[in-house]
Amino acid sequence: MEINFTHHQTAHCENGVVSNLMKYNGFNVSEPMVFGIGSGLMFCYIPFLKVNHAPAISYRTMPGQIFKRFAKRVGIKIKKEKFKNPKEAEAVLDKNLKKNNPVGLQVGVYNLVYFPDEYRFHFNAHNLIVYGKQDENYLISDPVMETVTTLTSKELEKVRFAKGAFAPNGHMYYPVNFPKELKIKEAIIKGIKNTCKDMLAPMPIIGVKGIRYTAKLIRKWPKKKGIKVANHYLGQIVRMQEEIGTGGGGFRYIYAAFLQESSKILNNNKLAELSKEMTIIGDLWRDFALDASRIYKSRSAKDDAYNHVASQLETIADKEETFFKELRKAI
Amino acid sequence: MKKSDIPQDKSSLETGKHKELCYAVDDKGEYTTAQSTGWKPKTIALNNAIQEINERIAKAKEKVLNNETSPIEYYMELHKMDIGILAGYVGLFKWQVKRHFKLKRFNKLSKKTLEKYANVFEISMNELKDINYGN
Repeated sequence: MEINFTHHQTAHCENGVVSNLMKYNGFNVSEPMVFGIGSGLMFCYIPFLKVNHAPAISYRTMPGQIFKRFAKRVGIKIKKEKFKNPKEAEAVLDKNLKKNNPVGLQVGVYNLVYFPDEYRFHFNAHNLIVYGKQDENYLISDPVMETVTTLTSKELEKVRFAKGAFAPNGHMYYPVNFPKELKIKEAIIKGIKNTCKDMLAPMPIIGVKGIRYTAKLIRKWPKKKGIKVANHYLGQIVRMQEEIGTGGGGFRYIYAAFLQESSKILNNNKLAELSKEMTIIGDLWRDFALDASRIYKSRSAKDDAYNHVASQLETIADKEETFFKELRKAI
Repeated sequence: MKKSDIPQDKSSLETGKHKELCYAVDDKGEYTTAQSTGWKPKTIALNNAIQEINERIAKAKEKVLNNETSPIEYYMELHKMDIGILAGYVGLFKWQVKRHFKLKRFNKLSKKTLEKYANVFEISMNELKDINYGN
């Protein structure tokens, strides 16, 4: 069976699954809209979590939050299921496909065979859509891929039951109930307010303060950890910021696109201006990545270079602080 | 970022014929999307991370050959795992997995436990016991 489903490539997997499922159900919602309404933008330094033996840094909110908030704010209901037993997980998936219901799945990337080998790490918060089954093959729409693909039952089971941090446990989700009209305007305002609150949070590791904290650590790394580890950590920051899924500049460009679209929907010129400002901030993040890469490329950097990229981050933090204070006033 | 500035650098994405989506503004200042084949700063970061992993694998291999650790540690590194992830896959506690790195413990492991590891790493029992098996 195959559901008549159209695949659209997006930058990020969670936005993409939501946007594609909404489009399938007749609501034309763009990726930036999903991201903005779901308050996806974030900065967080997570000291107790290590990814690939380096501290975890996130430019986005926790996995699953974007869809949860988006659904609540526009007024749709989602059904979520997790499973202990892989066979049961497969049976429920098959049942949904038989009912012509494409579903979103949370999966681990490490065993995702169609991903380039170099990108297969133990990252468990990837999302994709299953829209059919032919013989033993599931038809897969992975939003970050250009085209649709397939996975065998065994391959799909493996990624649905990947282990480690954020283990998906077969997590499956799909919208079940739609209002006649989405509450887009109210949802945008709620989404923006939430993001401003997150980015300006009075917590040392979150938002603008988290960026400053990270800058402080970067200054210390070469002495405290040695050049090799410092470079590894720095590389990790750039990868979190730019790797498949962020749309460039640690999601800042997607957010700028959201503000531009919102300015038209809400008829609010200030948001269009702020969109331009966010693009400039995104460019600063790109500059930071470029200069950081010069450090870990040469592998023999002086302390000066670390101080330089740390200062870049501090400038970004100042800009984002002003930005989100203005954004809060603009709505 | 302007659409015309979206980097099209060589990267490992290309070998998989994969292109990722980027957001950028067009000439009129409107946001749009375009594909990118890759960007040098992150290709270098990714290559460094892979090199890091390869060094870890080589180091673990050496330790196994010197009888300083059990093959489990080598296969763990080979699969880009850490102790927490491996413990999740075999359904044991972290401290148990750590203990299985000790050769004395490893040699005394039951067939059932060894099979758990072999299944996770998708290798035979012989390969699990001897990392050079079949080479």
